[in-house]
Amino acid sequence: MSNTQLTEPLAPDRRNPAGAVKRNKNAKIPMSGVGRAQRREAIYLVIPSLIPVLIFSVAPLLIGIFIAFTDSTLKRNHETQFVGLDNFARLMGDQYFWESFRIGMIWAFSVTALQLLAGMGLALLLNSNLKFQGFTRLLALMPWAMPPVVVAIMWRMIYSPNAGPLNAALGFFGGPDSINWLGNFDTALPAVIVVGVWVGMPQTTITLLAGMQQVPMELNEAASMDGANAWVRFRSITLPSLRPIITSITSLNFIWNFNSFGLVYVMTEGGPGGKTMLPMLFTYIEAFKNRNTGYAAAMGDVLVLVVVGLLSVYLWTQFRGERNS
Amino acid sequence: MSATVTAPSAHQIRPDRKQVKDTKTMFYRLLQYISLAFYLIFLGFPLLWLISASFKSSAELNSLTVSLIPQDFHLGNFPDAFEKQGLISSAGNSLFVALLTTLLVILISLPGAYALARFKGKIRAFGTGWILVSQVFPVILIIIPLFMILKTVGLVDNLWGLVLVYTTYTMPFALWMLQGYVASIPVDLEEAGAIDGASRLKVLITIVFPLLKPGLIATAMFSFVSAWNEFFFALVLIQSPENYTLPITLKMFVGGEGKVALGPLAAGAVLATIPSVIFFAVLQRKLAGGMLAGAVKG
Repeated sequence: MSNTQLTEPLAPDRRNPAGAVKRNKNAKIPMSGVGRAQRREAIYLVIPSLIPVLIFSVAPLLIGIFIAFTDSTLKRNHETQFVGLDNFARLMGDQYFWESFRIGMIWAFSVTALQLLAGMGLALLLNSNLKFQGFTRLLALMPWAMPPVVVAIMWRMIYSPNAGPLNAALGFFGGPDSINWLGNFDTALPAVIVVGVWVGMPQTTITLLAGMQQVPMELNEAASMDGANAWVRFRSITLPSLRPIITSITSLNFIWNFNSFGLVYVMTEGGPGGKTMLPMLFTYIEAFKNRNTGYAAAMGDVLVLVVVGLLSVYLWTQFRGERNS
Repeated sequence: MSATVTAPSAHQIRPDRKQVKDTKTMFYRLLQYISLAFYLIFLGFPLLWLISASFKSSAELNSLTVSLIPQDFHLGNFPDAFEKQGLISSAGNSLFVALLTTLLVILISLPGAYALARFKGKIRAFGTGWILVSQVFPVILIIIPLFMILKTVGLVDNLWGLVLVYTTYTMPFALWMLQGYVASIPVDLEEAGAIDGASRLKVLITIVFPLLKPGLIATAMFSFVSAWNEFFFALVLIQSPENYTLPITLKMFVGGEGKVALGPLAAGAVLATIPSVIFFAVLQRKLAGGMLAGAVKG
């Protein structure tokens, strides 16, 4: 806090008297001005947070885009050369990358959809006057609070083919025994998707719940008097008022899920046979295990383009929503 | 619910209809409790299993008996996790990194948050836009050049390098949280101070900071937990075991197949979760509100 700008007296901005005229009520409010002096002051205040961002975020991003056009590697005695679009051409024909892209899309789509469905169900339950509410709320937040590594370790135990409780429970009900959930080609992806839902549900639930609590209670009561049953009330009152929240969390969740790494990496490392190889895992392995940083950066470029595309869809829905309301 | 609302007269006129409605309501209630039970099992059972495993002896864990309640509560896993598996040094590393990150994040984002909350216009629009983008941007593209940059300056496999990276990537959301807290302090209070002739710094120290304390604590806790839980950057940037943070040590436990000591692993996992649980228990209501604001306003 050694910024000298802060010690200046809080005088109204003399250089911009027009501002004072226009917003008479705020004329004396010290720091809400729009004058040049205030703007300079604001920039000084923001600079400390801008510097690390420029060094550790913006610069690497630009370099990252550039590296994709070189044959950069992490191998010793290798001179990096500019190779133009070679990496991208190779990427087009890389069936493993596109397979991981497909798996990433399946993963992001299923997790997001199930997260929304399950989260909506739980939010509805928490919004009705049932018992054990406080307890359920706290429990529902736990997955969110835990370190992803711990979640992954915990679910590896649940899915364990040897003394895992899931197999034991299935065995108890006469199901097949000793399924290697995370090691089996057919079950690995669904198994990690379930964990993705487990982790992501709390946030969706709490957001939806907070939205539901803003719906005026009288609306529901009135509808109930008119004989509308729970389903009708949900469809014609709750759902429409939640629509902006639903579009917004769905698009954000999709992007987050598409970007996810740690959870699946600790559970399967992308196996068995690449069946859970999310795009981020694939790129990580190419960059830091195979040490082909140039080629991996090209993958990163493509993935960033996808996310930017999704992001613009999200922003567009937000913008449209704002204009309509 | 509806039965209590029904007036006695209605009861007398249509007794049969009320009965139908009652069974319907009861059935509905039952359905609700069944689904609630399903959720409770789905959400809670994995946690119970982890905690239970942390109290099981290795003999019990390696046997094929499956039981939620440990046969004899075995407390040795916790000291084992600390002493034998190197968890204590990596917990120390995590604590060091998380505390330093918290300190830096707060110091750097406090002025920024103040500016974002108090100055309208382009800076605010740009700041919020950037905060949103930073929440969804894939770090995979950034990590490759970041690794190279940090390697050139000798900060790969270095806890200080991790602190700098964590500070950069925790700050956007911390800024967002803090500016919300600043905005909730009425500007009039500052104005009053200014009229009394206090300098801006004095106004900040005597009026704004004391009111900002809860916000600062919440933001600090968020920064601490983010750094404490972080996995991806640590996986890439930290290489030697003596520099491992807690998540990486736990991951290496899992990767080092052959003889995985499940009991100490579970104990370590339970211990690693404690800071975040405290954080969420304290702040759950505030977080829910913040989530909503974020979701609606972007």
